[in-house]
Amino acid sequence: MEFSTLIQTIANSIVQGSVYSTVAVGLALGFGVMKMANFAHGEFYMLGAYVVFLLYTTLGAPFPLAVLAAFPIVAAVGMLTERLIFRPTQGNVLAGFMATAGLAFVLQVLVGQAWGVGLMRAIATPYMGALQVGGAFIGWQRLLIVPAAIAMVAALWYFLYNVKIGKALRACAQDPEVAALQGISINKVTLLAMAIAGGYAGIAGALMAPIQPVTPYMGHDIIITAFIIVIVGGMESIAGAVLAAFILGFIHTFVTTLFDGVVATMAGVALMALILIVKPEGLLGKVKA
Amino acid sequence: MGMKLTGFAIVAVIACALPYMVELYQVEVLIILMFNLILAQSYRLVNTTGDWSLSHIVTMGVGAYSSALITKMLGWPFWLSLPLSGCVAGAIGFMIVFPLLRTIGFGFFIGSFALGEFVRLIWVKFHYPFGGPRGLINIPPASIGPFDISDMIVYYFFCLGIAVLSIWIMYRIDRSHIGDTFKAIHTDPTLCETVGIRVPRYRAMAFVIGAFFAGIAGALMAHHQGAIDPHSFEATLMVYLIIFVVVGGVETFWGPILGVIVMTVVFELSRPLEEWRPLIAGAILIFFLVVMPGGLEILVPKAMAILRKVSAIDRLLPKAPV
Repeated sequence: MEFSTLIQTIANSIVQGSVYSTVAVGLALGFGVMKMANFAHGEFYMLGAYVVFLLYTTLGAPFPLAVLAAFPIVAAVGMLTERLIFRPTQGNVLAGFMATAGLAFVLQVLVGQAWGVGLMRAIATPYMGALQVGGAFIGWQRLLIVPAAIAMVAALWYFLYNVKIGKALRACAQDPEVAALQGISINKVTLLAMAIAGGYAGIAGALMAPIQPVTPYMGHDIIITAFIIVIVGGMESIAGAVLAAFILGFIHTFVTTLFDGVVATMAGVALMALILIVKPEGLLGKVKA
Repeated sequence: MGMKLTGFAIVAVIACALPYMVELYQVEVLIILMFNLILAQSYRLVNTTGDWSLSHIVTMGVGAYSSALITKMLGWPFWLSLPLSGCVAGAIGFMIVFPLLRTIGFGFFIGSFALGEFVRLIWVKFHYPFGGPRGLINIPPASIGPFDISDMIVYYFFCLGIAVLSIWIMYRIDRSHIGDTFKAIHTDPTLCETVGIRVPRYRAMAFVIGAFFAGIAGALMAHHQGAIDPHSFEATLMVYLIIFVVVGGVETFWGPILGVIVMTVVFELSRPLEEWRPLIAGAILIFFLVVMPGGLEILVPKAMAILRKVSAIDRLLPKAPV
């Protein structure tokens, strides 16, 4: 591998890891609080991309506004999912997981019917040009994702450790019964967790909309990667999710560059299986998957 | 007993008369129904130990690929490749389940997905002998000795026979000591270990038997379609299999069969709404998991009770001694 290729691959890995971490922290948050394994998380990501398509490309709103708008819109979908699916199936991880797989189908069809099935929506890149580092080119549009991801993870961290309701969320993740005894409303906390999870997935999708082809099925690949990440990092661990996101980002990008995409996916699922067998609680987690 | 026999006789008559009563393209639907019956029933068998697998469709694919390769490359006859491909699927099933015996519940579920996906990606990756992403074509049609059984009606009856035989074997397993052990593991794995049951061994056994029958279904499918590709065994298809067993229920032996038949009818009726089908399927899955977690099977005893009350025939028949 040439030096410039190496730099390019490392840069791509960091961008990829940033995207993965914004998606995976939401999934880990939902699983940490009341074991909500959300298979429709990839569809939340897809919805975020469609928010940008609708507001930025169709209605002509400025790009940053469209991205920010994705948060409340997809957060609302996340809250609906909690209310209609996760709350009635509370305590049964598999039932919630399977029901959200059904929700994924529903959302794919609805979006497909509204904006066309399999039709790739090209979204014009709002930030042209590229940064040149050591013979490698990183488009500004891609580079933008790195600070966005850092800001999002830092904000979540601050919220969980310094804000009262965020602390309540962590308490609920550690022991729901004791948390309830302290007067924390579990239903409110799960609702909040799903709102944040949905909003984060929405922003991630919104940021990726100009880079990736926007289709109703774009959530499918990212959800599998996101589950690999939370399993590797530790199902309920936010820090584990971020760490594993970058590990996966590097593995996927390097293996794709050296071999091809299929081998990269194989490496990912093999890593997940290995972790489940050897260290079921994940790299930084405490609870067995 | 009398009622049971009458019931079986009615089902047998319907099963034999159906292909002549429907249009030709619907015979195709009936053949697929047979594959799905074997598939759903074998999935329930794995399920009796409490393990939910996400690789069942892939083990079906193993059967399909095996039978295609055995008949195409080795030139062996179909009647030999059919049971052999079941055995290959069982062997791959063992390789999938063996490392996963350390995991339970959600870990097992997602782990079986990972290993199943790995197997599927091998088909995508290697052009020789699996044909890569485009898969295998020109799979020889089914024949037994000199007889070509690939005609739609003939193949329907062949698949019906295999399905009845498979379901009968699985019924015997379910009612045997082994089947009871599977269910005991589901109820209380710790207690099972205490009384000396080798829990991992039985969990692996259920998975491998399930994989064997899934492989048989896959082989039947491969020779019917004449072409297979890795795309046909994706996780999305797994969701449809889960819908079958969730709609029917898994507590009783007949639940999955009920689920497959009901969902086949639903999909057949929704044929004009082809592009809405995933939405219908997804909504049904959510409905059953959230509102009716027991599946349709819990309605059957209630329906039977009502039927008994209403039917005058029941009163005319002599009561069987208790």
